[in-house]
Formats: sequence, C-alpha cells, structure tokens
Amino acid sequence: MLGAIRRRVGGPQSLLNTVLKCKSGLEPTAAAWTSGGRRNASEPQILSTCFRPDFAPPAASSPPRSGTMTVRDALNSAIDEEMAADSKVFIIGEEVGEYQGAYKVTKGLLQKFGPDRVLDTPITEAGFTGIGVGSAFYGLKPIVEFMTFNFAMQAIDHIINSAAKTHYMSGGKIEVPIVFRGPNGAAAGVAAQHSQCFAAWYGACPGLKVLAPYNAEDARGLLKAAIRDPDPVVFLENELMYGETFTVSDEVLDPSFTLPIGKAKVERQGTDLTMTAFSKMVGTCLKAAEELAKEGISVEVINLRSIRPLDRATINASVRKTSRLLTVEEGWPQHGVGAEICASVVEQSFEYLDAPIERICGADVPMPYAANLERLAVPQLEDIIRAAKRVCYRSTQQRAAA
Amino acid sequence: MAVESGPKSKGSALRADCEMPMATRGLRVLAKSSTPLLRRTLSNSISETRPCARILDAECSGAAALPARGSCGVPARSYGSATNRTADTELSKNWSKTPPAARRLSGEPEKAFSDDEDHEILDYPGAKTNFTHEMTFIPETAAEPVPCFRLLNDFGQPLPWAKLPQMDAELATKIYRNMVNLQTMDAIFYEAQRQGRFSFYLTTHGEEAINIASAAALSPQDVVFTQYREPGILMWRGFTMQDFADQCFGNAADLGKGRQMPVHYGSRELNCPTLSSPIATQLPQAVGAAYGLKMSRKDACSVAYFGDGASSEGDFHAALNFAAILETPTIFICRNNGWAISTPTNDQFRSDGIVVKGRGYGIRSIRVDGMDTLALYCAVKEARKIAIEESRPVLIEALSYRVGHHSTSDDSSKYRKKAEIEHWKLVRDPVNRFKKWIEAQGWWDAKSEKAIRSEARSSVIAAMNKAGQKQKPELSNLFTDVYDSLPSNLREQELQLRDVIAKYPRGYPTDVPL
Repeated sequence: MLGAIRRRVGGPQSLLNTVLKCKSGLEPTAAAWTSGGRRNASEPQILSTCFRPDFAPPAASSPPRSGTMTVRDALNSAIDEEMAADSKVFIIGEEVGEYQGAYKVTKGLLQKFGPDRVLDTPITEAGFTGIGVGSAFYGLKPIVEFMTFNFAMQAIDHIINSAAKTHYMSGGKIEVPIVFRGPNGAAAGVAAQHSQCFAAWYGACPGLKVLAPYNAEDARGLLKAAIRDPDPVVFLENELMYGETFTVSDEVLDPSFTLPIGKAKVERQGTDLTMTAFSKMVGTCLKAAEELAKEGISVEVINLRSIRPLDRATINASVRKTSRLLTVEEGWPQHGVGAEICASVVEQSFEYLDAPIERICGADVPMPYAANLERLAVPQLEDIIRAAKRVCYRSTQQRAAA
Repeated sequence: MAVESGPKSKGSALRADCEMPMATRGLRVLAKSSTPLLRRTLSNSISETRPCARILDAECSGAAALPARGSCGVPARSYGSATNRTADTELSKNWSKTPPAARRLSGEPEKAFSDDEDHEILDYPGAKTNFTHEMTFIPETAAEPVPCFRLLNDFGQPLPWAKLPQMDAELATKIYRNMVNLQTMDAIFYEAQRQGRFSFYLTTHGEEAINIASAAALSPQDVVFTQYREPGILMWRGFTMQDFADQCFGNAADLGKGRQMPVHYGSRELNCPTLSSPIATQLPQAVGAAYGLKMSRKDACSVAYFGDGASSEGDFHAALNFAAILETPTIFICRNNGWAISTPTNDQFRSDGIVVKGRGYGIRSIRVDGMDTLALYCAVKEARKIAIEESRPVLIEALSYRVGHHSTSDDSSKYRKKAEIEHWKLVRDPVNRFKKWIEAQGWWDAKSEKAIRSEARSSVIAAMNKAGQKQKPELSNLFTDVYDSLPSNLREQELQLRDVIAKYPRGYPTDVPL
C-alpha cells in the first residue's frame, strides 16, 4: 500500500493529487515557489514507495507487482509495440535488420515486420538520415538508428537543418515526426571517436526535443512518447546501460505506457543537497547518495530524463528546498548540460543558494583509450562524493581546477 | 613427376591439360614455380573445387607467370572503346553444373589470345563477371562524351530525325506563357532587390525551359524537392505572382509566415516542400519521400532538382546510391548550367558531366538539351513513366547556361566574359527558341507576344506593390511552430517581450503588428 502520505511542502495536497504527482516526481506548485520553501527539518516528508528508484509509482487502485526488464528489452518492446500500433512507424539504420541491431536493440523486428519496415542501409549516415527526414516530410514516422551518436555527426546537417528547423521554416506546414536514437556518451575502451556525449549540443537547438533515459521504465516510457511525438526527438541511450536490469511494474509493461516529455523525476528524496544527472550518471549518483547518507548528508537525486525541454521547475524547486546543487554529467564541461542548469538556478533561485554550484563533468579531453586514463576522464563515484562534501562545506580539499 | 619446360603449346594439348584433374595441374605448376608467393597462392587454389583461370593461364598459355613482385610482363592495354560485358545470370546460377568449356559469358571483348578459359566466371560476392588475363584500366572518360538528346535546333526548328511529342496548342502556349511569366518575374524582382525592396533574389535566366517543361511533364501529385532555381515548378502548379511576391517580402500573407529568406518558397497543397538552402540536402529527402510514396502505392514519384555543383556533395552520392538500392520512384534532375557561383564545371568534377555518374550507382540516365523545351518535356515524361512503372530512380542531366549571376550577391562578370553572357542571353535564349517553334506551328504571333509581355510585366509589378504594402506577420509568429505546440518557455518569453514592448513602445518597430 501507499503508506503514510502526508502533506507536501508548500501547499495543501489531496491524497489523490499526491498519488498522481507520484507519477511524474515532485512538482512544485506556485505556492511552493512563493511561500519561501526554505529547508525546514520539521516539515513532513512524503513516505511512500513512489520515490524509490527501482519502483514505478503504484496505481491508485492496486498495489504494484514487479517484473524485471533490461534496458535493451525495454527499448525493443517499445519499438515493437509502436510499430505494431501504427503502420507508419518504421526503423532505418545500419545493421538494424538482419544483424538484429548493432546492440541487439532491434532484435526480432525484421522477422516480425518485414524488410519494408525494418531497413538495413548502406554506410551513409547523411544518406539514411536525409531519407528518414524526407519520409517524415511525406508522412511516415521513421526511427533512425545511429550506431553511436558519434557517427551521427556525419548526418548532423539533416538533424538540425532538415529536421529541427523545418516545421518553423515552413510556417508550420511540414511536420517532422522523426526519432533519432542510438548510444551516446562514454562506453568502455572505445576511445575518442566513440565516446562523446552529445546531450549539450543537441540540447541547444530549438525545434528538437532531447531525451536521455536512465532505467528500463525511462527507456520504455520515453521512447514510446518520442515515437508518438510530432516533433523531431533525439533519443540518447547509453551502451553500458543496455544490459542493466531493472524492476518494472505492470503499468510500465502496459502497451499504452508513456512518460511525459519535459518532466524530470526525483529518484531519491533528500534535504541537504540536490544532485542532477541523466543517463548512466543517475545510477552513480544514487550510489553516491547511499554512501553520503551514512555520513549524514541527505541527497536529493534528480533524473533529468529530458535535456530539452529541461525541467527547470523541478530542479529549481529542489534547490529551493536543499539550497545546494551539484550537477553531474559525463560530457565535456564547457557549454555542458550542467552549465545550463547552473544558469537556470542562478537566474531563478539565486537567493536560495547556500553555496556555489559545482559541476562534475567528464575531463576536457578527447576520451583516451587506456583503461586507467579512461577512468580518470569520466566522473567516478569518489569524485561525486568528494564534490558533494565540498558543496556541503564538509570538506577542506581544494576543488579541481577548471 | 614430369616437368615441362618452355612455353606451353595451344590447341588439343592445351585442352587435354586443362581437363586434367585440378590437383595434378596444380602440382605441375608448383614444380615449375620457384617463388614462395606463387606456391602459397597455388596451394590455396588446389583446395578449391573450381579451377581458377589464373593458374591455367600461367601454365597453359605461356604468358608471363603471376606477378611475383608486383610487376607484370603483360603490357597494360586500354581498349579504344568501353566493352560491353553483360553478366550471364543464368549461367552463373548453374555454374557448377556447366562443363568448363561451356562456361563463357556473352559479349566478349577483343581477345589477344583465343583462350576459352579467359572467360570463365568467378563469382565473388562483390562482382560476378568474366575473368581476364589482360590488365586493362577502364579509361577515365569514354572515347566519346555521352550524346545530348535534343529535338529542336537553336532556332526552334525540328531536327531532321526528331520525333516530336504530342503537344497541342493549348499545352504549348501554356508552357510558353509560363516561361514568359517566369522570365519577367525574375527580371523585375531582381531589379527590386537591387532597389532595396527585399534582401535577396536569384533568377532562372537560361533555365526557364528546365523549370516549365519539366513541370509540365509531371503530375500535380508528384512531390517535388527543389534546390532554389526552380520556382517555375510552383508557378506551373498554380503559385501566383502574388504568392511569390508575398514570400519575398515576408509579409503576413506569406505561407511561410515570414520565416524564410526570399526565393525559399514552399507549398504543401502544391506538393513542393519548403526549400532548404544547404546544397543537395533535398536529394536524400526526395528518396525518403519516394519510399513513402512507394509504400503507399501512389501513382506518383518524387523529383529532386539540383545543380552541377550539388553533385559534389556527399548527399548526392548517398541519395543516388540509396535510391538505387531501395528502388524508389525518384527522378533526379540535374541542371548542369556550367557554373556553381564562380566555380566552372571543370573545377567541380572531372567526369563527363553528371550523366555518367548514374551508371556508377546503377541508375538509368539521360543527357538532355536543357534549353530545348520539347526534348525536356519528352525526357521527363518518359523518366516519370520509368520511375513509377518500374519503381526505380532515373537521372536526367539537363545542359544549359546560367545566364544570370548566381544571385543578387554575385557579379559574374568578375569570373566570366561579358560577351559570353550576352551570347547565351540573346542568341541561345530558351524562351525565344520555343517561341519560334510555336510560331511555326501557327499557335503564336507578334500580337500575342506583345500582349503577354505587357500582361506579365503589369501583373508582376502589381503583385510586388501590393506585397510591399501588406502587413508584416504579427509578433506571435516569432514563437509558434518551433514545436508542434508552444512550449512553456517560449510562452513565457513572449509574455516578457510583450511586457517590455508595452513599457517601451517607441523602441518597437511600427510596421510589425502585435
């Protein structure tokens, strides 16, 4: 059962509203923003299974039942169901058909839907991306798979100039209901040309929606939402997460399950520090939060889910509660996602900050190959824990130079 | 074992040798050969179930042995003309069942030797073809450039062998009228830009025939992706002078809501997606649209126009390659007008134009006189038939000359002679050429000419004046259509902007309605 659900910080809530709010994480009401929202140790916390990372929010009427699913299967099932439901949806990319997908995400789809809807392409990202966009102009709903988003740079003109800008440039006459998906960011031992994180680049472009799932629930819900969305969506997966297993509820397994685009999820409630992360770093932040809890630091972990639109409301509400912020990402620091979050918090919640915001990012170098160097180039659990302590003024160590 | 020395004899001894079991043949060559490379190559081949022509060659024909260190005793030859080898697919399917002597592909080239074994087939996954002992480089260009299809000469007279299309007075005069309208609109709008009425313009001078004749050969449901020098397609389909003017002025009546720079037209109703500036991006887009048309089994094709310069882009390669593989009903029409801004075709490519590139992708192609209205009309009509009935792409290279500057940002007299431009403008004008033909048919005369010229001029000027007076698009158009529905951050920004405007009204332009 739901357990004791008490009043949320900042405003009256009915039980039903709270249950509904569970689905999308904490949502600050206008009251929360204007009533000060200062951190107050005596204010009630929400106790429920809603906000534990592994459980999806329970349905109002029945208790949750668990099943498990890998992120890969979550993506596969999402594509499968959307292709079955809408004959305009088709998938195009290298190795998506006969090979069952470079990472097996499209396994079984060629056998199920046939070569008209699962297209193996020659090696030309510019080509098949342009073709995907052209077919979307015509009215189909392509899912364009890139073997990694590093290779999508060879197609980035079509993603930005042909897909993102066309609805605007055509005066709203042409829609581009296309999804660009594939692994993004660091993997393991694949070095510079296979490890770049593109969240910040795509997140800067008006006309695009940019999503970054973390777990199986995110993968299913966000991908289904992306496929159904009339706008072009860049869907940034993570190779190292494909094989990870997560518990999923029946609601998540339902074919009609989607998650809203533009809403972050508070994976873990906390009071002392807000951590924002997306994709794989969410898992690392949750582990860091467990470690920090032992030292008396209560961390609130926000899973961004959506890079564009960025859920500034959720982030700011959380910072107004905790007064401290640490942004975590694997990508490069300059003009990164963390930089945008810092700007947003400084613009909207400056008076609430008790400490300067810190960003944890990947090292400002092309990704090296050697395992020891790679480890140093990507944020590790220890880096996050140390930074958290710094932001909480519990450490006298020097910060790493920018 | 018996070791034979000296050059091998031909004839029956040869045949007897070659029908020997593979292993024995191999061993004999091994014994003769002294290089490790050859031995290795041969020992690999021995385990093959099929005889390899190279080994037979080395042994039986007496020609130089396989190159041991990369040099070959056989002098390289190139054929005077490209030979036409057609793979015999039936034969290659039944290869193993066919006796060696019968394994031969049709269309044999001139042979230096009368070796049957030269023409055995080897089927690699990458190519199934004849084998040859001659090291022949395919010449970089064919002996003759691809001939250009034309029906009317430069004076609008049918050429002696020309088979003219079915065209009645109504269609011919409609084509001519549209060409005149296009020419007039271009001339006046170009001048208007020079006078500062709007920011940019480019003309189709010299390519009016490509614009109108090709449009006339297509059907309204064909989806057309243009580069930027093809407004005639829209004009043919019903885009009015007013529509063109409204887009150039970016006023409230502009279908694009003032978002695009001038000449970037588009019309959903007329099946012409909004123009996209980056060169050649429309090519793979057209293939994608054609894929959609094919899947929905429409009696329609997609058409992509592009210039000679666009053929250098990667998208050109990807689109043509893909169209061939996906077998999409796409017509690629290249306006080879000799110039890409200041880059002449010799600096753009070294092939014989663009038409020969079609074969590189397995695409049927034709070269047409792009200033010959009738030839273009025929070629596009036929290409459309091929594209739809056979569901395959077709490439048309329309040769012409870009009489105007690249755009209002260019002065082409800086890189080409004025005399050259004048020649093409006056002597080789495609509009004039077609006029001579319709006059010869008795469908046109000086009176009609005078009337249509003045009518075109007055309608363009009227449209332009009206467009200049219309309101600009209102403020909300800055924020709408970025996404399907207005996102909250843009809504907030709009409200903030309106607040600022209300506070400081004098800072806001007077001609942009709120």
